[in-house]
Amino acid sequence: MKPAAFGYDRPLDWAAALGLLVQGARPMAGGQSLGPMLNLRLAMPEAVADLRHLPGFAGVAVRDGVVRIGAGTTHAALEDGAVPGRLGAILAGVARRIAYRPVRNRGTIGGSLAHADPAADWVAVLPCLPGDAVLLGAAGERRVPLSRFVLGVFETALAADELLLAVEIPVLPEATRWGHWKFCRKPGEFSKATACVLAVPGAAPRAVLAALDAGPCLLDDAAALLRAPVEEAARIVAGLALEDPWRAALAKRALAQAAEMAA
Amino acid sequence: MKRDVTLTVNGLLETVRVEPRTQLAEVLREELRLTGTHLGCEHGVCGACTVEVDGAPARSCILHAGACAGAVVRSIEGFAEDAVMVALREAFSAEHALQCGYCTPGMLVVARDIVLRLPGADAVRVREELAGNLCRCTGYQGIVHAILRVLESRR
Ligand SMILES: Cc1cc2nc3c(=O)[nH]c(=O)nc-3n(C[C@H](O)[C@H](O)[C@H](O)COP(=O)(O)OP(=O)(O)OC[C@H]3O[C@@H](n4cnc5c(N)ncnc54)[C@H](O)[C@@H]3O)c2cc1C
Ligand code: FES
Ligand code: FES
Repeated sequence: MKPAAFGYDRPLDWAAALGLLVQGARPMAGGQSLGPMLNLRLAMPEAVADLRHLPGFAGVAVRDGVVRIGAGTTHAALEDGAVPGRLGAILAGVARRIAYRPVRNRGTIGGSLAHADPAADWVAVLPCLPGDAVLLGAAGERRVPLSRFVLGVFETALAADELLLAVEIPVLPEATRWGHWKFCRKPGEFSKATACVLAVPGAAPRAVLAALDAGPCLLDDAAALLRAPVEEAARIVAGLALEDPWRAALAKRALAQAAEMAA
Repeated sequence: MKRDVTLTVNGLLETVRVEPRTQLAEVLREELRLTGTHLGCEHGVCGACTVEVDGAPARSCILHAGACAGAVVRSIEGFAEDAVMVALREAFSAEHALQCGYCTPGMLVVARDIVLRLPGADAVRVREELAGNLCRCTGYQGIVHAILRVLESRR
């Protein structure tokens, strides 16, 4: 046995899950980040509240032009096309590069976002997309734009007594352009530099640079980056004053590459 | 505190009395004496402990007993009669896809998933899919050849 002793509860409705949080339980979705942290005793919760059996925790629904992805939807489900259309293709391309299939079979989009590892893939990509994170607390639901959900390294807009319910993203037009570049030395590794660029017709293109030992860095207007990827990427990364020249080089390359893919 | 956890393992309903923090791999190896499942890194990286949980490959080192209540688990022993696994076992011997065998149970569970989920996979894709299973002996060449051999035999 590797972890310190912990109690285990399996709430069957959301009110019960919130109740367990108030008593200090740690929520668990796929356990693909929490499991290793328990084994390494980086996390030593009194109790774990397993969210996997909550109604509506996993699954995708499209209504009124908005795709609602349950927080418990696995990376593997997204890889296999759970979300239709252009948005689905974008998400599937990202999901396929997260970890390894046995990890993707259990790891969830909500768990990844709530964990907010700066090198994680959804943490890098979702701030670039329009839409909201839907949070549930004792006072009911509230919404936080995806661009403002991750606040820093392992830091999010979630309060200790709140759960992430879903991610909602508008259906994207087929003509949406997208570039995504994840640098790792071995497929499935955590990223050493990630960039993505989204250009929805009629809206200002956006970009995110992430996996920089800091929270994701959102660029609200990426029009110049799309016009001159290499020069602009160099200018943007120089402005971040990264200490490690190796990481700076990777960041520059990732940003230029993602912009070229979206151009 | 120990409690009863009931789960299905290799087709049999089993009840084990364990603490919630017990790893699924330990439930298999120590409670049920199914020692075909191996533990390496114990934090999800090496793939040695990979078994099938609820129909899909999963790491049994970072899955703990509490969460396994009601789960349907298939460890390497449970694939003895499985046709795809029989073909993979033969291909693994023919292609020298194992030496010490420590990685092999996890490799086979992932290999079977590749064969069934990605029937069109080529060598590049097979290597990509195997990135989550480390082998210290073979250099992977034999493993990749063995999986390709089974993929091709099914086309
Ligand atoms: C070997 C390995 C390699 C990996 N490589 C990558 C990689 O390359 N890229 C990548 O992005 N990820 C990677 N991961 C992490 C993986 O994607 C995890 O699935 C993900 O980070 C966490 O999702 P989870 O559902 O497993 O969450 P859990 O591990 O269950 O939970 C993670 C954290 O979020 C909290 N939490 C979970 N769900 C909720 C919720 N609904 N509301 C509130 N809080 C919640 C938990 O309390 C915990 O603090 C890797 C993991 C492993 C084991
Ligand atoms: S022992 Fe489970 S992945 Fe290494
Ligand atoms: S055969 Fe020895 S580790 Fe793979």
